[in-house]
Amino acid sequence: MTFFIEVVLSGLMAGVMYSLVALGFVLIFKASGIFNFAQGVMALFAALTLVGLMEKFGFPIWLAIIGTIAVMIALAWLIERVMLRHLVNQEPIILFMATIGLAYVLEGMGDILWGSDVKVLDLGIPQGASDWMLDSFDIYIEKLEVFAAVTAAILVAFLAVFFQKTRIGRALRAVADDHQAALSVGISLHTIWVIVWSVAGIVALVAGIMWGSKSGVQFSLSLIALKALPVLILGGFTSVPGAIIGGMIIGVGEKVAEVYVGPFVGGAIENWFAYMLALVFLLFRPQGLFGEKIIERV
Amino acid sequence: MRKLTRTIVAALLTLPLISGVASAYELVMPTLDYRTGPYAPNGIPFANGYGDYLNMLNERDGGINGARISLVPCETGYNTKKGVECYENLKAEGQSGALVFQPLSTGITYQLIPKASVDEIPIFSMGYGRTSAANGKVFPWVFNFPATYWSQATVFVQYIGQEEGGMDKLKGKKIALVYHNSAYGKEPIRTLEKAAEKFGFEFMALPVDHPGQEQKATWLQIRREKPDWVMMWGWGVMNQVAIKEAASIRYPMDRFIGVWWSGSENDVLPAGDAADGYLSGAFHQPGDDFGAHRDIKKHLYDKGLGLGERDRIGEVLYNRGLVAAMWTSEAIRKAMEIHGTNEVRGKHVRDGFEALEVNEARLKELGLEGFTIPIKITCENHEGPGQVALQQWDAKAGKWNLVSDFYEPLRDITGPLIAEDSAQYAAENSVTERSCN
Repeated sequence: MTFFIEVVLSGLMAGVMYSLVALGFVLIFKASGIFNFAQGVMALFAALTLVGLMEKFGFPIWLAIIGTIAVMIALAWLIERVMLRHLVNQEPIILFMATIGLAYVLEGMGDILWGSDVKVLDLGIPQGASDWMLDSFDIYIEKLEVFAAVTAAILVAFLAVFFQKTRIGRALRAVADDHQAALSVGISLHTIWVIVWSVAGIVALVAGIMWGSKSGVQFSLSLIALKALPVLILGGFTSVPGAIIGGMIIGVGEKVAEVYVGPFVGGAIENWFAYMLALVFLLFRPQGLFGEKIIERV
Repeated sequence: MRKLTRTIVAALLTLPLISGVASAYELVMPTLDYRTGPYAPNGIPFANGYGDYLNMLNERDGGINGARISLVPCETGYNTKKGVECYENLKAEGQSGALVFQPLSTGITYQLIPKASVDEIPIFSMGYGRTSAANGKVFPWVFNFPATYWSQATVFVQYIGQEEGGMDKLKGKKIALVYHNSAYGKEPIRTLEKAAEKFGFEFMALPVDHPGQEQKATWLQIRREKPDWVMMWGWGVMNQVAIKEAASIRYPMDRFIGVWWSGSENDVLPAGDAADGYLSGAFHQPGDDFGAHRDIKKHLYDKGLGLGERDRIGEVLYNRGLVAAMWTSEAIRKAMEIHGTNEVRGKHVRDGFEALEVNEARLKELGLEGFTIPIKITCENHEGPGQVALQQWDAKAGKWNLVSDFYEPLRDITGPLIAEDSAQYAAENSVTERSCN
């Protein structure tokens, strides 16, 4: 039983790590209807920039974080000016394809600016197993993942306040609900896009820090987006709580499947099991657990 | 910026081929690199070591026996499809055509094996690729010396036996294999199953899907099953995550052995002190205290012609690339000697590989005394010596040290498996086994 609890807890914690990536997707999709294929690469780029500022320019941690946030905001502005502005009113698939291009550009930029080596990211985040849990209850919990869970909770609380209580947040929701209506009351679509991509960039930085601390900052970080997809399918593309709950369900589901079913079918099932689980949910709730049900009248 | 400079330097070094400035016969050697993508941290040092050694021969000796080497890089991203594209695009490059391919990927190697015999270009899959290609009678165009994955697996079993106090003590022990869920990662499974039958240990195989960023479920199973030893056949981020996970669950590092592709500085540094004591296979020394390295610094880095960073010369994967280049250039030299001409083609280089002998005296002449094991390749045996040693990570000193002698593989296990697998390949592909008499 202890082992089962351990598997479930590990799944929950891993799920939160997936949610951190999924959150970035949700923010952009919610505000602009764009499925941002580059979100994983943004996490990589943010983490590379953070380490680069610390290693190459000797920035202290706090300054490197501020510097990286500034870079991500500048990047959001650039994306809006160079890419999105010219694609207003285009089909969603066009915008999606543009983000594929963006992913390649960012990956190449990261490579040219910061190199392809594995970089150790040490921000002082606690790592390794929790000795107390291991010694007292024989349960293995990763301290980094607990830290990530707390960070995710703070992030969600911040985003909730931002969306619900601030003027900009209300404007974001207005744009998300209806672009034309929002424009008609004087909300600038361009400004909103810059803001939402900036926030997504900051969320990407948080995800990059957590995943980078886990494995070192390296180009495989861009592939963590693959872990976020089933989370999005399950939680819904427009729901912040959905990203968190979806992540946890996927995390627990895949870990339980891998540990208890995997050995009977050759193992390595967690990746596809996550998608299968998401697909099963789709059968019953195509909009995801918390996604908005779109009713189109003809 | 440094990468840009490196790219420019690499381009300049290959300029003579493109512009046709050099009139002499050039030895075209394509390099299937991966300097981009998730596996770039491993691909870059290998490519740098490989390229630096050959460029050094150009700068110091004017090439091989006076014939300049023309390196033609092609980026694969460790992607099999791109690797095959690179092969097709470069096989007829230049006057000599491609003399040899070093795919640096088991997946790409598998795709190139049938093509190599048609195009008459040898494949040197050094310590990777299809293990049964060790049988030169069935695979005349493929060379996988100095040892195969199967040999390495049996060496690990012997090391474990020795640490346990004798091979008979393996009975009842539990050994796990954490492997990259790909053709590469699956290579040692049959060998370890056979070894488990022979020595009576329990064997469990735990696959990790590409890229291996998330392995929690795997290590939870290791926590539950409590294997006495864990082996790993990993690559890229999978290695770093596995070592960190092992440290987290307090798995003793000196009972955790990685394949030689899981034993570079990249793999252990992210885990910090927790990686101390981690073991991996090796067939050459780490470090840069060798004449060849000094020549590389003198003839390339002092002139700004090096492909990488000076302070990374001598890292494990850099030396892996270097030793591959050394054996390749020696095979070309041998081919020139056999055929009495510098204007060798792929088919001649194959002959050079098949008659290759790099003994201790020759290693000394090359400035690599004690760097690696002496090798002798024959028509039948493309694996060569099959010997493997173990190296251990010293986290405090930040370096790898060889901690064992070179073990002979258990040929009574690997031999029949190689014969069986190569016979199956021959039957499936209508290959007639050649005579080596």
